[in-house]
Amino acid sequence: MKKRFFPLLAILLIPPLLAACGARAMPPGLVGTVNTDGSTSMADVMAVLQETFREREPGVTVNYSGTGSGAGVEAALAGRADIGLSSRPLKESELAKGAAARTVALDGVAVIVHPSNPVSGLSLAQLREIFTGQVDNWSALGGPDAPIAVYGREAGSGTRGAFEELLDVTDQCAYTNEYGSSGDVVGNVSGNPNAIGYTSLASAGETVSAVAVEGTACTEETVRSGAYPIQRPFLLVTREGAALSPAAQAFLDYACGGEAGPYIARAGAVAP
Amino acid sequence: MKRRIKPAEFAMQTLFLVCGLTAIAFVLLITVYLILAGLPAIREIGLTDFLLGRTWASTHATDPRFGILPMILTSVYGAAGAIVLGVPVGFFTALFLAKAAPPRLAGLIRPAVNLLAGIPSVVYGLVGMCVLVPALRAWLDLPAGDTLLAAMIVLAVMILPSVISVSDAALAAVPREYEEASLALGATPVETYLRVTAPAARGGVAAAVALGVGRAIGEAMAILMVAGNVANMPSLLSSVRFLTTGIAIEMNYAAPGSLQRQALFSIGLVLFFFIMVINILLNLALKRGREG
Repeated sequence: MKKRFFPLLAILLIPPLLAACGARAMPPGLVGTVNTDGSTSMADVMAVLQETFREREPGVTVNYSGTGSGAGVEAALAGRADIGLSSRPLKESELAKGAAARTVALDGVAVIVHPSNPVSGLSLAQLREIFTGQVDNWSALGGPDAPIAVYGREAGSGTRGAFEELLDVTDQCAYTNEYGSSGDVVGNVSGNPNAIGYTSLASAGETVSAVAVEGTACTEETVRSGAYPIQRPFLLVTREGAALSPAAQAFLDYACGGEAGPYIARAGAVAP
Repeated sequence: MKRRIKPAEFAMQTLFLVCGLTAIAFVLLITVYLILAGLPAIREIGLTDFLLGRTWASTHATDPRFGILPMILTSVYGAAGAIVLGVPVGFFTALFLAKAAPPRLAGLIRPAVNLLAGIPSVVYGLVGMCVLVPALRAWLDLPAGDTLLAAMIVLAVMILPSVISVSDAALAAVPREYEEASLALGATPVETYLRVTAPAARGGVAAAVALGVGRAIGEAMAILMVAGNVANMPSLLSSVRFLTTGIAIEMNYAAPGSLQRQALFSIGLVLFFFIMVINILLNLALKRGREG
């Protein structure tokens, strides 16, 4: 019994040892830590970037802490973080303090309804009325005489935060139902002809129809050009003139270069 | 005289002891962890504001509120509704199985009931979401069918197997002589079952109810899919949030260390307390069932 155990142990132990040797034999790459701090909405994009950057630069550890856009910009300006993360354009006061931003992605929020719903376009004002509960029947919007079921995400969701903020209805929405994921929202909207909901552009899919907002359809092109109104930038913020560590610079160049684009799309955002 | 214990015997007994202690260790670990994780938020929010507050707005930018009364009431109403809908059906099924059913038919129904118990809760939720919710929306002309009523119906079906099997066992354990005495006095079979057998098995039926309540209070996945999940004060035809679904839906994006996350652990503590009380009642009912 015992003798049979040793080869097994050896088999289990050898690959990590070989891997360790392999890593040592590779040409020396960058070594260091990049601390990023800021927007919680950017968690998904950052997770994808962290993962793919680790494959390119195994010696660099990218840390992410979700504290909020304001705190992230503040941390970058104070030098507590290498890169601040902001999911809103920088404020005048932040620019005045020397904050510089590069756009890593654009976050478009699609407004979706059941495919059978004849309403194909809504204005921002109409959306505000629907989501705050002032309008509760589709007939007021040119649709059939049916109640509106307002579907949204749970408290704390980045998509909900973005949607409510961009529509200027933060904490005022009267939801009929709340769901814990984009997939749930899309699935339930596709199953209820009365429903309206929102989700990130990438997860809208074929089973629901995205309405045009202020006359502009929600597509990657309209988000990229800035024509679609319910969108916000994901920014990497640094302090103007301050020298970044080589590792942080490499991460910044990787994230904002075209190469990361497909991965950003996988995280539900649009590469700029 | 002291007997010498063989080493193999000793090793096995130690193994049994360790296994037994593991279960107790986990219960203790979970209890201690829940209390430690759940108390800070309750202390910060205030016990009355937490338990009796009517508004849950955990991420409100200016005025966050952490009142879980809507969730407590929803869980209580949901479980009560499941009992009201599920126990009569379950009890009569058990009565039928134990007393009236031809053996071959009972042999068909019992495995079906056991199969019902084995269906994962997410499947109940899926069927509820795809069949029950749209049906309720159409019948009752609602904006959306995700309602307390939908959750009650799903929970009622989910508690059926445990209600049936526990009641079935209790009814089968009623001594045959009681029934024979009743029949000999001229009572019809139905009178006998309802007036003699059922009262004699009431302890077991109470245990079935308590077991059903426990399952209904603790269920999360199925009702997450049919209840709508908005923390409204409960009403039968509106979207509601249970204690369990309150934790499940917000845990994903609750920032570590935030009051929101801590408050979710506090909900867990309240839920744990509920389950403890139900378990104590269940044990009492089982004990009385055995004695009576």
